Amino acid sequence: MLQGPVIILSAFAYLGVLFAIAYYADQRADAGRPVIANAYVYSLSLAVYATAWTFYGSVGRAASDGVGFLPIYIGPTLMIALWWVVMRKILRISKQNRITSLADFIASRYGKSALLGGIVTVIAVIGIVPYISLQLKAVSASYLILVQYPDIVMPQTLGETPMRQDTALWVALILAAFTIAFGTRHLDAAEHHQGMVAAIAFESLVKLLAFLAVGIFVTFGLYHGFGDLFTRAAADPRLRAMMTPLEGVAGGYASWVWLTILSMMAIMFLPRQFQVTVIENLDEKHLNKAIWLFPLYMLAINVFVLPIAFGGRLHFPEGGVDADTFVLTLPMVEKQEALALLVFIGGLSAATGMVIVETIALSTMVCNDLVMPVLLRMRSLALNERPDLTGLLLGIRRGAIVLILLLGYLYFKLAGEAYALVSIGLISFAAVAQFAPVVLGGIFWKGGTRRGALCGLVAGFVVWFYTLLLPALARSGWLPIGFLEQGPFGIALLKPLALFGLAGLDQITHAMLWSMLANIGAYVGVSLAATPSVDEHRQASLFVDVFRQGGEASGARFWRGTASVPELHSLLARFLGAAAADEAFTEYALGKGLRWKGDPLEADAELVHYVEVKLAGAIGAASARVMVAAVVKEEALSIEEVRTILDEASQVVVYSHRLEQKSRELEAATAELRAANERLTELDRLKDDFVSTVTHELRTPLTSIRAFTQILLEHPEVDAEQRSKFLGIITKETERLTRLINQVLDLSKIESGKAEWRESVLDLRELIGDAVTGMSQVFEERNIKVDVEVPAKVAPVRADVDRIIQVMLNLLSNAAKFCEPGRGRVRVALRDDGGALRVEVRDNGPGIDPSDQGVIFDKFRQVGDTLTGKPHGSGLGLHISRQIVEHFGGRMWVESRVGEGACFAFTLPHG
Amino acid sequence: MAKKILIADDEPNIVTALEFLLQRNGYEVSIARNGEEALKGVEAYKPDLVLLDVMMPLHSGYEVCKRIRERPEWGHIKIVMLSAKGRDAEVNKGMALGADLYITKPFSTRELVDRIKSLLEPVSDSSQ
Repeated sequence: MLQGPVIILSAFAYLGVLFAIAYYADQRADAGRPVIANAYVYSLSLAVYATAWTFYGSVGRAASDGVGFLPIYIGPTLMIALWWVVMRKILRISKQNRITSLADFIASRYGKSALLGGIVTVIAVIGIVPYISLQLKAVSASYLILVQYPDIVMPQTLGETPMRQDTALWVALILAAFTIAFGTRHLDAAEHHQGMVAAIAFESLVKLLAFLAVGIFVTFGLYHGFGDLFTRAAADPRLRAMMTPLEGVAGGYASWVWLTILSMMAIMFLPRQFQVTVIENLDEKHLNKAIWLFPLYMLAINVFVLPIAFGGRLHFPEGGVDADTFVLTLPMVEKQEALALLVFIGGLSAATGMVIVETIALSTMVCNDLVMPVLLRMRSLALNERPDLTGLLLGIRRGAIVLILLLGYLYFKLAGEAYALVSIGLISFAAVAQFAPVVLGGIFWKGGTRRGALCGLVAGFVVWFYTLLLPALARSGWLPIGFLEQGPFGIALLKPLALFGLAGLDQITHAMLWSMLANIGAYVGVSLAATPSVDEHRQASLFVDVFRQGGEASGARFWRGTASVPELHSLLARFLGAAAADEAFTEYALGKGLRWKGDPLEADAELVHYVEVKLAGAIGAASARVMVAAVVKEEALSIEEVRTILDEASQVVVYSHRLEQKSRELEAATAELRAANERLTELDRLKDDFVSTVTHELRTPLTSIRAFTQILLEHPEVDAEQRSKFLGIITKETERLTRLINQVLDLSKIESGKAEWRESVLDLRELIGDAVTGMSQVFEERNIKVDVEVPAKVAPVRADVDRIIQVMLNLLSNAAKFCEPGRGRVRVALRDDGGALRVEVRDNGPGIDPSDQGVIFDKFRQVGDTLTGKPHGSGLGLHISRQIVEHFGGRMWVESRVGEGACFAFTLPHG
Repeated sequence: MAKKILIADDEPNIVTALEFLLQRNGYEVSIARNGEEALKGVEAYKPDLVLLDVMMPLHSGYEVCKRIRERPEWGHIKIVMLSAKGRDAEVNKGMALGADLYITKPFSTRELVDRIKSLLEPVSDSSQ
């Protein structure tokens, strides 16, 4: 049943199903209802990692090394745990900068360098070619084995038949056609291939199911479960060694570690992994589920590797059957035709998935980062003037796909026979691992420069080429084998497999050690030695600080120049087509609240940046830069200016801190102003009150004076006695008026600071004596007894004698005023408090209510005997006295209880 | 019968002057030296007119004026307020509380007497 036509028909039927799925997914995408917009499809598409290498090669490796196949799957599982930090950042950067491939990413990071993009592309293509040849080998081998059914014949033993050669070539050509159909039907600005992703996800399911089916058949069909199989294997002395994990692997621990690291890099930097993980990603959130779904897939597809390997070794003890084919040959030998066909389809699925995605990714790189930059620079082609370049772009990509697959075929022809599947794959892994330093360094370290990246990549690649690729070609007989064994020109130190005398390591470990040393050393060393250019500075900041930036427009800040809208539009139309360009401009105008073609658009930095980003989606960042630079007159920004712009971000933070502080200060100032205003209002009110009070106090004596003068004038009949009484009142009221005016003037002088103070050394005993003598007549009139108690000697004080006399007279006259005539008693005391002299004037009057004690020193606050009416005086005396005492550094206060008299006291410090 | 006037002021000299003036013009005069005495005086003396100083201890002139006007039986009593405070707000307050006249100090004695006369013996009412 399993004749050639059946197998070929089945294979094409399968490819047809894939195409149908892809077509359907593309239709849905165009309709805006994508089928791939979920985390499960995304996770399955990541499983493009499992290729024919996994499908056939793992069993082959396990059959010789036991668990030695495992690092290739442990690595991704470890790496994906770090994706939350690493891949999320790469995703964000790629979306913001419309990255179209790994080469675009690296070129873009290091100043949109076309040279760097080209080098990355070359490395990727050369590095991946062995990997593609592996797929071709696997597909053609599996076909050749299957077509021999029911015999089990290894292809190697067929000899150099034309059929053998043709199969691989046909596989390459068919896959090329299929990939072209999948990946280059149209040009998408975002490089999304939703149909391809849907097909890949389906393929991941098919290959998993096929592999599980074989595993279950071998484990439970041929044997009685895992226990039975492992017991039998353990009984076989040749297989027992495979059970001990590390002994089976050449190079032991070092090899395990390096293989794990290598596959950690591969899951990130294989062009196809970058394509499905980053470029095809529709939603950053899908990453969250993929972080545990993808390891789960890895686990599932590895569960049956050892059982199949053991089963194969037990079934074909004499050898002669390549372990890489156990997956296929075991069902065949058991006459399970359907299962064998399913396995063939599964293997085909694993291989086609890899080839399609890998070649699409590589063709994008070749087109955007290698061919276009060169073509655009060739003025003779005058590409800038062509109205529509979309056809050219697609043509380049299609050519690249065919070319890459033919290269794969060529490598298969040259070196494919000498190595097992896994070894071929590892050579490619080691090549893409060279991207790790510049990518990881690029997103976490701003110091990495374009020159550093160039040197690192080239150094790593050269070492890789020398220690891995050349030996592979030499072993295949295309180079003299002596080159391997004695070193070039007989120089032993340069032996590719034991560079600088480093022997005893397996080939991969050896190559990785030296290439990484050269790569990282050159990258870091050269980066540190050189000063980054303006573009590098800007891009480093955009990449490393991606989570700190506002959004896509952030790149626009770094541009200054002039452009015209029609030119920008025609530029976009040339690469995307007129319709897509119109759409893009409409979208841009809408974002600004304008109508494209209706309203005038400004060709400012933002529009230029928008066009460049759109263009980068089609032709890569480096080419986009060249194209945009051609239509706009760009003024170069100096490094200082860029630094200034970059610093602005941090300055904004500083400013906002300053602003917060300013606003706090302003609030405080406002509060102070409000308080000051309240004080002013209060002062104004006080002044108003003062004027009102002074007016009142002036009018009162004036009233008496005017009344009596008028009486005397109009009533000449008034007798002499009354007349003299009235005249006496007039005199007294005049004096009161004079006193009041003097005190008001005095107060205003003191308060305004214009008062004249004459300081001299005073003996307070003398001064008190003089004051009491001066008042003696008043006391005598009211029949009040005065006692003076002064010590024999007191310390001198410095003050104005007239002012202190004024204070004493005020206190004495107050005392006299409030004492009841006849029973009044005033005691004046002077003592030294130590540091100050203290004067007390005590009376036995009615005393002062505690509530009044606080206010009697205020202006015009008179507290009188409520029964006898208000006291005579201006109400300014105590206020002025306190001001005077305080001027000379003393204090004045009152102690009193109602009914027990009052004691006014003041102090003056020693002079 | 002579009309009775109560003088309420805490400035003795002003009281002396007012007392002299009013007696010379034929009025019967009584004296109060603070707000409290003024209210008692109105009660006891039943004056026809009160001369009320605004700034007095215990009860202000405003307070006394208000208390008098609260008693309907004292509605006929004329109230003349005297004050050294002559701002519009103060004058208005006095009039609003029911004073018949508000005179600011210092004042013309002749004018004061004339106005008291016109309050107590209105010319227009003399015909009735």
